[in-house]
Amino acid sequence: MQTLTNRAQQVDRRPMTFWEKLYLPAIAKGMGITLSHIFSKKATVNYPEETRPFSPVFRGLHVLNRDEEGRERCTACGLCAVACPAEAITMEAAERKEGEEHLYREEKYAARYEINMLRCIFCGFCEEACPKQAIYMTETFAPANYQRKGFIYGKDDLLIPDPKHPVTVNKKEQ
Amino acid sequence: MAEEKKLFKVTIDNIPVEVEPGTTILNAARMIGGDVVPPAMCYYSKLQGSGGKCRTCLVKVSKGSDADPRPMPKLVASCRTTVMDGMEVANITSPEVLDARKGVVEFLLLNHPLDCPVCDQAGECDLQDLSYEHGVSSTRYEFKRRTFDKIDIGDHIKLHMTRCILCYRCVFTADQLTNKREHGILGRGDASEISTYIKNSLDNDFIGNVIDVCPVGALTDRTARFKNRVWFLKPVDAHCTCDKCSGKAVLWMRGDEIFRVTARKDKYGEVEEFICDTCRFERKDAKDWVIEGPRKVSRHSVISQGHYVGTRKPQETIARVMDGRAPKLLMDIHSVSEVNMPAVDLSKIDGPAHSNDFPKNNGAQ
Repeated sequence: MQTLTNRAQQVDRRPMTFWEKLYLPAIAKGMGITLSHIFSKKATVNYPEETRPFSPVFRGLHVLNRDEEGRERCTACGLCAVACPAEAITMEAAERKEGEEHLYREEKYAARYEINMLRCIFCGFCEEACPKQAIYMTETFAPANYQRKGFIYGKDDLLIPDPKHPVTVNKKEQ
Repeated sequence: MAEEKKLFKVTIDNIPVEVEPGTTILNAARMIGGDVVPPAMCYYSKLQGSGGKCRTCLVKVSKGSDADPRPMPKLVASCRTTVMDGMEVANITSPEVLDARKGVVEFLLLNHPLDCPVCDQAGECDLQDLSYEHGVSSTRYEFKRRTFDKIDIGDHIKLHMTRCILCYRCVFTADQLTNKREHGILGRGDASEISTYIKNSLDNDFIGNVIDVCPVGALTDRTARFKNRVWFLKPVDAHCTCDKCSGKAVLWMRGDEIFRVTARKDKYGEVEEFICDTCRFERKDAKDWVIEGPRKVSRHSVISQGHYVGTRKPQETIARVMDGRAPKLLMDIHSVSEVNMPAVDLSKIDGPAHSNDFPKNNGAQ
């Protein structure tokens, strides 16, 4: 019969020799392989104490970025939401009032910005679509939760702390 | 004696068409339709005297007419040049035209702020389409762009002069559609700007149409300002009984909320029937309108995203299996989400929403 590949091997069907019938040498050989693994490098890490380095292109939990003056970069242009294949991102925009220039970079900003982490597939399209470098994906996981409502991430969860005004640090973490 | 009108035979991009004398090349191309239609930023078939300003509709006339077969020495603006018998025109078949158009787009974008993420016109902007199709992705301009302050023209219209490409469409609209024109173009050259005389607000019934006529985001609807992007809203055809206009309009809706009312536009982005300001700015309640059905959106437009047609909702089996009891595991998104809260009616706010229009964490989480 013609073989599909040249890697096919004939099965050895000859009767076992006395040495093979003894069984014990095979046991010793197997235990040798098992014991050698004790001294080899472990494939796992002790997770909470140790963490594996992330790949530089890892796509984790989102953050909303601020500019160098601590103002929110997002202008609620909606490109992340339109790029999102899972339709996880929703937002509502507002106009910046006079006196709010230190808070928002552009005249329009996202008054509400929500990512439904139950829907998000972490594809990173939002990061790619953003024209203002406002949304980034970090090297953290979305933490587990017992309830679904904990996965609707609003602006308090996503926005990075303001380096200039540390009072407005994420309230939930405190 | 009624004389048989002689039709002129024109060839545009090797496609022959017979048109009446006096037709412009642009309109002859529109009779053919499809890709050979030159883009137009300033020409508007409903407005007399429009055209000839933006130069995006440049075409090459390779043969003047049967009587005089010499080609025209330069590229001509097709919206302003009338056809001759036996004329041969090259639009997309001529690399010279495409190159010139690329240059025109670069010039139009010289002073354009490119603030599309903020601009309300994004998604239905003629300049966006034009630069996407014909422009280059980078600019060679290194100098300061001209800037103007934003002005409220009347209560309902916002003028971003920085975005204007000076197509004069709004001036013609105000001139021809409304009783008295109070805005025009002031200044010359680089300093020219659309303005109202001594900031007179334009109080007449049809002035809202300048918003629809504007090919860029220079004139935008203040009642819909920053409320939502056009591609998240659902355009539906609707009509109402109005004593001033035909009442045929397009509603841009999210659920039952009407965020914006515009006139119906044809495939060249031109308004079919102008609507009055009452319909446009004041009828923001779904009860005022009779909805005819969803508007057809070209599938190449970003507005068509998320508008699934012909979807069938799966049968809700849980209630049937559980003897009518609702499942306890499902989450009502409004109990958590702060976006589109039932208590906040964005479409009812007069101008753009501000920070005080959004209640801070009212027990939602």
